[in-house]
Amino acid sequence: MAATEAGLAPDQFEDLVDAVTEGPVEFDGLTVGYEDDGYVFEVPDLHREHLSVEELERVAAANAEWVTNWHFWTVVVGGEGTARRDFLRWLEAADEHTVQARYDAMEADGIHHEWGELLVTVELGEVGYRRYELRHVDDSEADPADLTVHDEPRDLRDLSKYDDRGRYRPLKTAPSLVDGWMLRDLTSGELKEALGFVYPATVENWHREHEGTLDVSHWRETAERQTGIYDVVDELPREAVEWVTEAACVDSQCLKRREWQYDEDDHLDTPGGDGTFPCREPCSLVVAAARKWTKLEEEAERTYEFELTPSEKEQLEAIVDAVADGRTDEIREADVYEGANRYRARYLRAKRFDEDGRLCGVPTEE
Amino acid sequence: MQALVIVAHGSHLNPESSAPTYAHADTIRESGAFDEVREAFWKEEPSFRDALRTVESEAVFVVPLFISEGYFTEEVIPRELRLDDWEPELWDSDGTSASQATLYAEDVDKTIHYCGPVGTHDAMSDVIVKRAETVTGDPDVGEGFGLAVVGHGTERNENSAKAIEYHADRIRATGRFDEVKALYMDEEPEVDDVTDYFESEDVVVVPLFVADGYHTQEDIPEDMGLTDDYREGWDTPAEVDGHRIWYAGAVGTEEFMADVILERAAEAGADVRDALEKVREATGGVPASGD
Ligand code: SF4
Repeated sequence: MAATEAGLAPDQFEDLVDAVTEGPVEFDGLTVGYEDDGYVFEVPDLHREHLSVEELERVAAANAEWVTNWHFWTVVVGGEGTARRDFLRWLEAADEHTVQARYDAMEADGIHHEWGELLVTVELGEVGYRRYELRHVDDSEADPADLTVHDEPRDLRDLSKYDDRGRYRPLKTAPSLVDGWMLRDLTSGELKEALGFVYPATVENWHREHEGTLDVSHWRETAERQTGIYDVVDELPREAVEWVTEAACVDSQCLKRREWQYDEDDHLDTPGGDGTFPCREPCSLVVAAARKWTKLEEEAERTYEFELTPSEKEQLEAIVDAVADGRTDEIREADVYEGANRYRARYLRAKRFDEDGRLCGVPTEE
Repeated sequence: MQALVIVAHGSHLNPESSAPTYAHADTIRESGAFDEVREAFWKEEPSFRDALRTVESEAVFVVPLFISEGYFTEEVIPRELRLDDWEPELWDSDGTSASQATLYAEDVDKTIHYCGPVGTHDAMSDVIVKRAETVTGDPDVGEGFGLAVVGHGTERNENSAKAIEYHADRIRATGRFDEVKALYMDEEPEVDDVTDYFESEDVVVVPLFVADGYHTQEDIPEDMGLTDDYREGWDTPAEVDGHRIWYAGAVGTEEFMADVILERAAEAGADVRDALEKVREATGGVPASGD
């Protein structure tokens, strides 16, 4: 798109002149200054000097992209050094691509980025203002006509509260965000607000990681800090902490990339995952579950004797597996080849459980 | 720039637990009183640990959406927010009089005005009365009515009962209701025997809880005999032993709570004068006691 078509609003030009009175403007390839004999305007491949303010306005309008880009980042976004700004710059890869290339990409198809299960698209609005669109990554190819359009960031708070079966999602970064919706024409502020509702604090911690200031609290430190009913979690054996992370912190269960370890120089074997944003300490869900596991791990092991056929033993294994992977819903009603099929499970219960629900009639405490 | 962070308990199991926090935060957001308004939770996200970094303002007003002073407000919240110089003495409170303490949070380099919980604010007495008005549909409710303010009971926190007494005393002193009693779930006098404590035929029961959940929607209605099975619901009012019980549910869901949150922040030095007016209009509130 030609620069003039992008347009420059009068107030944007006024803001530029105001800024120049404070000192030279240098931003993303644009330099505007004032010297004794007039304004200087410079962008790649163009250098003009001795400009009157009218001439400056004409040159600025002819090179509107550089000026609107400066205006957007300096006046609209502002917030030098903030997570918000760093994130927005990252979204359009502003430090790697020229203004021209970015404007072309935003104009053509928008610039896309995944953020957890969200697809963020940056588009070019009027006079260089950015507009952001959000949808589920699974809907990246969807026709907008097939999606429910929302325009309030707050709607996402409600949308992200339940999974597609209507169950409450206590862990916001669980990979179970519902699809079928879109938010469009968001301002940068609204985008930030929406992300804060779906994945709270992820932008801020990602930013800290970028800056090298992410403050990670490892398991030991976090466990020792707990009081009240959670005071006990520091008694969970180290080995069990491995199982905790395997149960909760893997990509299939949580989109955060676990950065915390057992201790600063005692790393866990479970991989941290591939998520875009880091997890800086065990979350409340993991701490609460760990409390239960701490109590369970205090129990001594016992030896029980059961009579099971080999297939029945394998069936129990299949049931645990299906529940652990959340696959029970996928097992077809009549698929009796699946150990975790409901009829198979009911048959096993009818055959092997006594009236008190005890496996092979073996009392638990013996 | 100034930010408000409302800190609340939240839940891993009950999606309704955080609903009042969001509702009051939205009301305050719309008033424009703060440049930023954020919710933070013990059991949900953002966690207390991550909350302060989600706002850019250098001055942050933290208001606990909790009923009483005690374990959470004195120990858990300051610790998790990394208010290193915190000590309960800074509030100089007798258990119901905490207002605010100014602290510094190093990890975010911000000034934190740590406010007392909403539950012990004087304006909370007005919210309880407002709740009685809402549930009876009568803005003048009082004459011929008894009012029961219900708390959890001592359990781990002796200040929890103090907060209930405090408001019961204050409302009693206004003379608006024929009788006002403080009742508890876990200690005497118990809410189970609510009708034993009142002569008035009509009794409004207001639980001093932040959110509706297990206690306010299952335990208390069944214990009081409003219903045999909470799932079947109950009438408002419900007949119990010759009394009409108007059960209000958690006081924290009352819209006027947003005013109390703002009052807390205002007392800690937040500039919210214009917003208070707007919020009062939106919530139909009355100026808080002491104004
Ligand atoms: S502790 Fe584990 S489950 Fe919790 S947020 Fe971090 S990575 Fe996810």
